[in-house]
Amino acid sequence: MLYYPSAIVGLLVVFLLVFTAIYAMIKIPYNEAIRLWRGGEEVWYQNPKFAPPAWFNLFSSKKYSESFAVKTSDGSMTREVTPGAQGTSTMSIAYTFDFSYDYYPQELILYFTSSYEEKQPFISAEWLTPDGRKIRLVNMALSQKQTYRFSQDEKLKTRLRTEEVIPYLFSDPETGALVKGEYQLLITGAAFEPDADINVEFVSHGQVYGLAGTDQARRDLVVPLLWGAPIALAFGLIASLGTSVLTMVIAALGTWYGGWIDELIQRITEINLVLPFLSILIMIGTFYSRSIWVILGATILLSIFTGAIKSYRSIFVQVKESLYIEAARAYGASSPRIVFLYLIPRMIPLLIPGLVSSVPAFVFLEASLAVLGLGDPVLPTWGKIIEDANSNGALYRGYYYWILEPATLLMITGLGFAMLGFALDRIFNPKLRDV
Amino acid sequence: MAIATQTPAEKLVVKKTSHTSTFARVSRYVVARLLVLFATVVVGIYLTIMIANMGGYVDQIMRGEIRDRVTQSIAANPSMRQMEPAVRRQLIEDRIAQEEDRLGLDIPIAIRNFRYLSNALTLNLGRAINMTSDSGSKQVRLILLERLPATLLLMGISQLFLFFSSIFLALNLSRRYGNFWDKVVVALSPTSAVPPWFYGIFLILIFAALLKVLPFGGMVDSPPPANPFDYSLSVLKHLILPALSLVLSSFFLSIYNYRTFFLIYSSEDYVEMAKAKGLPARDVERRYILRPTLPNIITNFALLIITLWTGATITETVFLWPGLGRTSYQAIGLHDIPIIVGSAIIYAYLLAMTVFLLDFIYALVDPRVKVGR
Repeated sequence: MLYYPSAIVGLLVVFLLVFTAIYAMIKIPYNEAIRLWRGGEEVWYQNPKFAPPAWFNLFSSKKYSESFAVKTSDGSMTREVTPGAQGTSTMSIAYTFDFSYDYYPQELILYFTSSYEEKQPFISAEWLTPDGRKIRLVNMALSQKQTYRFSQDEKLKTRLRTEEVIPYLFSDPETGALVKGEYQLLITGAAFEPDADINVEFVSHGQVYGLAGTDQARRDLVVPLLWGAPIALAFGLIASLGTSVLTMVIAALGTWYGGWIDELIQRITEINLVLPFLSILIMIGTFYSRSIWVILGATILLSIFTGAIKSYRSIFVQVKESLYIEAARAYGASSPRIVFLYLIPRMIPLLIPGLVSSVPAFVFLEASLAVLGLGDPVLPTWGKIIEDANSNGALYRGYYYWILEPATLLMITGLGFAMLGFALDRIFNPKLRDV
Repeated sequence: MAIATQTPAEKLVVKKTSHTSTFARVSRYVVARLLVLFATVVVGIYLTIMIANMGGYVDQIMRGEIRDRVTQSIAANPSMRQMEPAVRRQLIEDRIAQEEDRLGLDIPIAIRNFRYLSNALTLNLGRAINMTSDSGSKQVRLILLERLPATLLLMGISQLFLFFSSIFLALNLSRRYGNFWDKVVVALSPTSAVPPWFYGIFLILIFAALLKVLPFGGMVDSPPPANPFDYSLSVLKHLILPALSLVLSSFFLSIYNYRTFFLIYSSEDYVEMAKAKGLPARDVERRYILRPTLPNIITNFALLIITLWTGATITETVFLWPGLGRTSYQAIGLHDIPIIVGSAIIYAYLLAMTVFLLDFIYALVDPRVKVGR
């Protein structure tokens, strides 16, 4: 086997996929993955939209700003509380960060959570630039939960005399050039009750994010990319295993018992040829259920009675006449025993390469259905990412990473199995080896 | 495709000593074969109709749509606003009944399925429910005919190119197998595991998004150029990417399969004999390698002709190509059963006809094969 380089590459890919699948299932348990994938703004508010992966910066001379999120509740943002008279208190919250990128962040947001009985706490926020300017952002009273988006503060826009708040905050007002260096956000809060408290989360939506980037719903693409592996493997392997094993068993039974069973199988095969395979799958997806398991079942059912059953049959017809089967009959072996212990095992060398080679077709079938908008609505799959990207015009708008990441994974999976299948075919069927 | 790919050897005729004439034998065979094929088509189409109706689920959707539409149109009509509520409700119910009657929804599903079946079998394709052709007709026949040229153009060019180029290249490779190009083809044959739409996405990315030399999709520029020459030039420009992706996805596997096939035949003793006689390589190829492989090549060609009809659903969808594949996908989305059944029946008839004709073509090209046993 090691003489075939394509077998080694194929095996490596398959092992890597299995490893990724197991890793994904351990790292992000099923329920967590579904929660993240189906989660909306409340799960993903910290992420930018349409952000390419952070490693883009390695290949670009101009650096895109990375995203970050800090909060007072876990100490990543400093908070000092000074008690005052009559139960009041003032607190100063500060966060200093180094900004050395060439592009502005998409958005800066402050999420306030405060607790109070009657009197609302009050805050004022200021922005300190590296060149020593101090910009007053906002003064406001806080409710229990409050969100402040820098770019949407109309008062600030008027005060700064600009439509684009974020670029203004990061650039020199004279030249308009971007200023790199240490920026500081200063928030001074005043609480008027003994138990009142203010917590802040400061979120910067950069231009790049994480290992895989994000999509239109701010979701981290790492989740569907990782979880796509077990789903693709499960779909591909179950479908090809189910199809090839059932095909073989049915062909064996038909050949062994002959008569009307054999006739029936032949007729079903011919009818199945007339059925439009893809249309039926699309119909099931549109009218009935988009669950991946329903589609999987329908795929297997429609793929059993195909040309393969005829080629298996023609081989079984020869095997049926061979001496060892005659010997088995002579000592009185039962029909099921002959079919399952003598006929079918003989065919395993033919089964395995065919099984491995048909995996990519099923993996891509799932992706194809997803691209047509018929992917499982719950599960994160590679096909779903491509569909999301396509329907959001990723190619027109230049979000190439969004399509390339799942596409590359699909391609590697497909080619891996195909190469392994080709090599196995030559190993198990030495007749092909010479040509 | 199994019906068609039976090896001719299975039909080899053992010389019979019976006295039946050739004519009687052939006509008996023709009748039996036609009956079996027709039964196959009937059952296949009935199943398709049943799935397309999903046990009445689609009816519910359509009833809901009709109720919605009628209620809205009456509510929006100012002259009917003055009516008594009871009268108006009655009017709505009447209109709904009328509409359901028009679409045949008041007949039980089992009977309706048979009506669909007999209409389909007589190629009486009827009217679409929701879709219209670009010229505004609801005739399924016209809708399908309108999309046919687009599919024929795309599939015809790509599949014919694929067919002839892969046979030509495979012959060349089989002549000197083991050389560099042969190894390249063998190494690249697993790339056919990837479906055409997938190559399509990459091609769009490279040629449309990055290089901006070819359009993203569609069939002509909008607005379409007025003079025929510019028009065809524009169509050609739009054709390149989808056709290329269709070709690319099966190119290497197709060459590999033909090459292996030719190699098996060229290791026959009679080929060695012909070479030993000193016949030129071209003659050896034509008479001793291509001739015995002709039935299989013809089978493949016949199946290719059928794929011209079905189109490439997903590739057409990705490239927004207005062909039959995309139409049937749209029809499913719009619950338009007449169109789904219409394209299924034509496919089924074409397939059955091809299978039937192939038997005779085998007998024509291969003297060992005789029609009927």
